[in-house]
Amino acid sequence: MACFLIPAAEAVITTIVTKVMRSKEANPETVKVQLDGEEPVEAEKIPFSRKLGWLNKLLWGGSALLAFEHVWHGEVVPWFPFLTAVSDPAEAAEMLNEMATAGVAMAVLVTAVWAGMLVVSSVIEKRAKKALPAES
Amino acid sequence: MTLLTTVFAAVICTVIWYKGAPKSEMKVGVLCWMYWGASLMWLVDGIFEYAELHAEYFTPAPTDMLNDFYLGLSVVALGLVIWLIILLVKDPKGVIKAALFRKKN
Repeated sequence: MACFLIPAAEAVITTIVTKVMRSKEANPETVKVQLDGEEPVEAEKIPFSRKLGWLNKLLWGGSALLAFEHVWHGEVVPWFPFLTAVSDPAEAAEMLNEMATAGVAMAVLVTAVWAGMLVVSSVIEKRAKKALPAES
Repeated sequence: MTLLTTVFAAVICTVIWYKGAPKSEMKVGVLCWMYWGASLMWLVDGIFEYAELHAEYFTPAPTDMLNDFYLGLSVVALGLVIWLIILLVKDPKGVIKAALFRKKN
């Protein structure tokens, strides 16, 4: 009914956090890695704000496409109050229940997948550093 | 069916992105994020629906399936339109700029 509003709200918050972090971030850390399996090269580690950007894109993209699905089903309309369920108290209660269950679960799953991506990227970064031949 | 359509779109886009990486001239990554985000959200929707309908969830009526597939295709099309707008606005290859400005001899 309006479950996409929860991930969309999270997207608003994470986008603001990303912008604030980006403005405060210092110069990125430079490391030596083998990017193509040949000579080690100097490379910049991507900052956390960029990784937070992944979550933003997942949340915004998913919310936008889900919003379209709700328009398709007539649950979202382009005129006030935009959500058809709001006009009926019983339907409004059902909508709030769906937001609290499915909506929150969506936001949690997307965030959990992103957290998994952070773990994997951290492992890849560490492995890339370890794979370097010992400097003579 | 909507979930399945979006997952296929996400997988195809990810393969295309990986083939072109690390260059991202076509900004295919935008499509990947969008389709994966939607797929995850629809997965949750599917789990809730399964909890309600149980095995019946896997045997939808043909008309429902067709409508869901139609919706899935429309979602993929909308994603492509959003991607195209982002691509043209960001113009990573400078094609739009080149079309708007002509070099002075």
